[in-house]
Amino acid sequence: MLPFSYERAETLDDARKAVSDGGEQPPTSAAVQFIAGGTNMSDYMRLGVNRPAHLVDINPIPDSSLRTIAITESEVRLGALVRMSEVEDHPGINQRCPMLAESLKLAASRQIRNMASLGGNILQRTRCEYFRETSWPCNKRDPGSGCAAMDGFNRQHAVLGTSDACIATYHGDFAQALIALDASVEILGQAGSRRMRFAELHRLPGDRPEIETVLRPDEIIVAIAVSLPAWAARSGYLKIRDRQSYAFSLASAAVALDLSEETVRDVRIALGGVATVPWRATEAEEALKGKALTEETATKAAEIAFSGAKPRQHNAFKVELGKQTLVRALMDVGQMRI
Amino acid sequence: MNEAAPRPKENMGEPLPRIDGRLKVTGQAPYPADIPVNNLAHAVLVTSEIARGRITALHLDKARAVPGVIEIFTSESLHGDLEKPKFGPASTSIGPLHDTKIWHDGQIMALVIAETIEAAREAAMRVTADYDEEKPSTGFGSEGTETVAATEASKQFKEDVKAGDFNAAFASAPVTIDAEYLMPTHHHNPIELFSTTAYWQGEDLVVHEPSQNVHGWKVEIARQLKIEPDRVRVISPYIGGAFGSKGPVTPRTALVALVARRLGRPVRCVVTRPQAFTTQTYRAETRHHIQMGATQDGKITAFRHEGWEVTSRPDPYVVGGTSTTGRMYDYGSVLTKVFLVKADRPTPSYMRSPPETPYVYALESAMDEMAVALDMDPVEFRRINDATHEPIEGKPFSSRPLMECYDEAAREFGWSRRSLQPGSMRDGDWMIGMGCATAIYPANIAPCAVRIILTDDGRARVQTASHEIGTGIRTVAAQLTAEQLGLDIGAIEVEMGDTRLPAAPVAGGSNTTASVSSAIMKACGEIREKLARAAVTAKDGPFSGQDPHSVVFREGKLVAGNASQELKDIFELLGSGVIEQYSEFRPEATSPEAVSKLYKGKMEMVSGEKGEMVKYAFGAEFVEVHIHRRTREIRVPRIVGAFAGGRIMNTRTARSQLMGGMIWGISSALHEATEFDHRSARVVNRDLQDYLVPVNADIQEVTVILVPEVDKDANPAGIKGLGELGNVGTAAAIASAVYHATGQRIRQLPIRIDSLIG
Repeated sequence: MLPFSYERAETLDDARKAVSDGGEQPPTSAAVQFIAGGTNMSDYMRLGVNRPAHLVDINPIPDSSLRTIAITESEVRLGALVRMSEVEDHPGINQRCPMLAESLKLAASRQIRNMASLGGNILQRTRCEYFRETSWPCNKRDPGSGCAAMDGFNRQHAVLGTSDACIATYHGDFAQALIALDASVEILGQAGSRRMRFAELHRLPGDRPEIETVLRPDEIIVAIAVSLPAWAARSGYLKIRDRQSYAFSLASAAVALDLSEETVRDVRIALGGVATVPWRATEAEEALKGKALTEETATKAAEIAFSGAKPRQHNAFKVELGKQTLVRALMDVGQMRI
Repeated sequence: MNEAAPRPKENMGEPLPRIDGRLKVTGQAPYPADIPVNNLAHAVLVTSEIARGRITALHLDKARAVPGVIEIFTSESLHGDLEKPKFGPASTSIGPLHDTKIWHDGQIMALVIAETIEAAREAAMRVTADYDEEKPSTGFGSEGTETVAATEASKQFKEDVKAGDFNAAFASAPVTIDAEYLMPTHHHNPIELFSTTAYWQGEDLVVHEPSQNVHGWKVEIARQLKIEPDRVRVISPYIGGAFGSKGPVTPRTALVALVARRLGRPVRCVVTRPQAFTTQTYRAETRHHIQMGATQDGKITAFRHEGWEVTSRPDPYVVGGTSTTGRMYDYGSVLTKVFLVKADRPTPSYMRSPPETPYVYALESAMDEMAVALDMDPVEFRRINDATHEPIEGKPFSSRPLMECYDEAAREFGWSRRSLQPGSMRDGDWMIGMGCATAIYPANIAPCAVRIILTDDGRARVQTASHEIGTGIRTVAAQLTAEQLGLDIGAIEVEMGDTRLPAAPVAGGSNTTASVSSAIMKACGEIREKLARAAVTAKDGPFSGQDPHSVVFREGKLVAGNASQELKDIFELLGSGVIEQYSEFRPEATSPEAVSKLYKGKMEMVSGEKGEMVKYAFGAEFVEVHIHRRTREIRVPRIVGAFAGGRIMNTRTARSQLMGGMIWGISSALHEATEFDHRSARVVNRDLQDYLVPVNADIQEVTVILVPEVDKDANPAGIKGLGELGNVGTAAAIASAVYHATGQRIRQLPIRIDSLIG
């Protein structure tokens, strides 16, 4: 692993100033990068995928807002240094929005969740095998080198949001709950702070798969805000994978339902394990609104959600699995008593 | 889960806890890469990024520029000082740096040596190569492979077993099946990383490396280094999982020793997890074609088993399980053939129950298909075809408790509640399936030497160069010695895994318990004889004039009738403080030189098929699967196995072996596969993120039933190995259960969601 230097930031100001050359390059290839839980960063540094020359550790920053879970009548605000396990354990979140807690509980292992920060979690990078092993061509890791996954072994790869340059899956679970609930993120950089919809944070790979988010290298996510309507209590996260724990999803569905009797007043759907970025299925949501929730309407919505799917050689099963996962999640959540 | 320490039944030893358990769970067991060594240099492998071709240039400048780099060894560094490895004792004939030809993905191209492991790793990542690349062949279905008959390619695989007239019997059989089965490449992935630590003491070489065969390694390492075997000491007291992967010498070992000699300082090379996928051995992928014919009432009349196995271009490693599958049932007629398919791959080798795991998977899957074709209960179908004599040579089984295993496991499992029709059992959205299969493994035994040092304070030290690969042999050796000499197990120390100790066979073929126990029983017998004789020949002792065989050893004393005498007093009679007993055990049917050959790295293992009777351990496994009707996840809420393995030395360690085997069986059925990029013949999933094995959540209720068995015909100790029995047949039981749940017959492993959906 490349020698690197390391500093501990004592304040948020220190941290953002440590990254002097904001530059045009994406934060993932910047010389100076932030580290929080380090669960993804240290792994990819060991593999030679991520090669920062200097790390700025933001864990020492004392601001309590970075570590606070604050719930009001209508919203939850999560500090970016809150650990995944703290949210999954939080009784209020389990009660008000099970989907949020479940998306965290079903991720990684408890040991990793004890370390991993929420801010780092949503910025986690793909687990594409060809990305993680540096001897393969990879447009995301080495722009312009080609995509070995496209016609290689692509069982775990995305079927939605892909491009000719990249089919790498975004594997995060928590992000599906966030995009379903139209969360927003608070960001601090040298130019000041900004707030944006979570849905605008990640970029489709297009022809620049190495640029994964709209963040600049000097910017830090400081908090995540999620509005919590009362009906978010009727929500859930279903994750389907090759084993029952400690595996990334083959397909997952984050679902929240606002039901009036049988009728869908509002619905939120996000799909994990099948797309290149956190993926909200808005057309499928529209198809369900105003209808009774039945196997037929759920199946129709699932068909719509995957109508644009582009499978490759080994991942064609994800289309059918993704649909079945969504139908199962909708029917399960529809039956929840709140 | 049932209890970890099952109450011993007839012919079973006490479930004593492992004598090294505390060391292991507290991190104090000295694994080879943990040994502190002064002035250590660190070596890191550089491996190829292509599978076939030639290296035209290695660029080392950027690597040399990393501070702390000492030296980089390449094909230009050997100067004839290292012989190429010899396939057999070594895992491959492909030399680590012997030429610039690339035979497989991830082949060793260079070795970077640095002051720290970090510097060595960084430098290794900076080495780049130019290649003259050729289009490689991955394996089955690839262009450019070469298929050869195993009997012609390998001296080790002597015959394709057969009996009767298969063609006529199959042609006239009223019910037939004809199917192909595929088991993919598997990698052992022991949790302990592979490593070599080598240093020289004058002309003598010391190697610390996890090994299943220290005496075999000593000889092969010496041969490669062109020195006398007695100059080499291999030390491997603790091994963090082996499963066959630490059986043959790796191409790395002697190279690291050579580097240590050149640098004049100790060198340690720890192989990374991804590098282990290409520089260590693996289970060859196999394709099976089975034809079976039977009468309407379920009697098999014809059985044909053809196997195709992927191997490397230069080395004819044969899996070859037809010798076992051809003998399993009373078939009438048998026809078998094994082929090797040579591809641009590393050489495969042993992996837990090497022949039986793939070949019995195919046979037992076919048995289930035939039971379905006959509309017959699969247990009853096996009962009809149970055998007292194997069909190839007509030899009797030394014992055949197969149906006892089936009946005990079926009862525990509740097999009678299973409905015959596929897809007929449900629990809400979950489809329920139940399946079963036979487990079988030959009872092998080998020559073994042991030294037991008994001191007058009633303490004993057992020394043998056997290998504690996690099976519990160290505990069993202590337990048996304690029992044989009438001592407490706390008074016994066991030393293993060192070529300075009396020679023991490879820890392979599940022979260790039988071989080591036989040697210990012999040594203890001789010690008892010596002591008893001294006691009865004493002038005025309590046993004077008695028959020495009437004296028994109990609680540190010699006892006969009401009289007893302290061990210490007998030693006084002998005028000695120590008895040092060296004994050699040599099984019948081995040559008189069998033990001396063991010291020369050559082992005469007597396999279960040899001799006037055939000797096997048997088992039956029953499994329940639940499959979601929509998303098709496969869950295994419970698995029950009943096994008969002759004398059970320790019910705790026996259960642990069998349970671990069944869990691995679940893994091979539902999780494990090494995946390849077929354009480049390169491994894609080269770490434990993507090479899936079950986690705790996947393993629910695992029940092990030890079926009492006395089989003195297997070997004088009556011990059969259990280490490789539990994972045989499991995959077939699960595939059968998946069929029973869904009506879908999946003939390719692993069975995953994508096997059942879309």
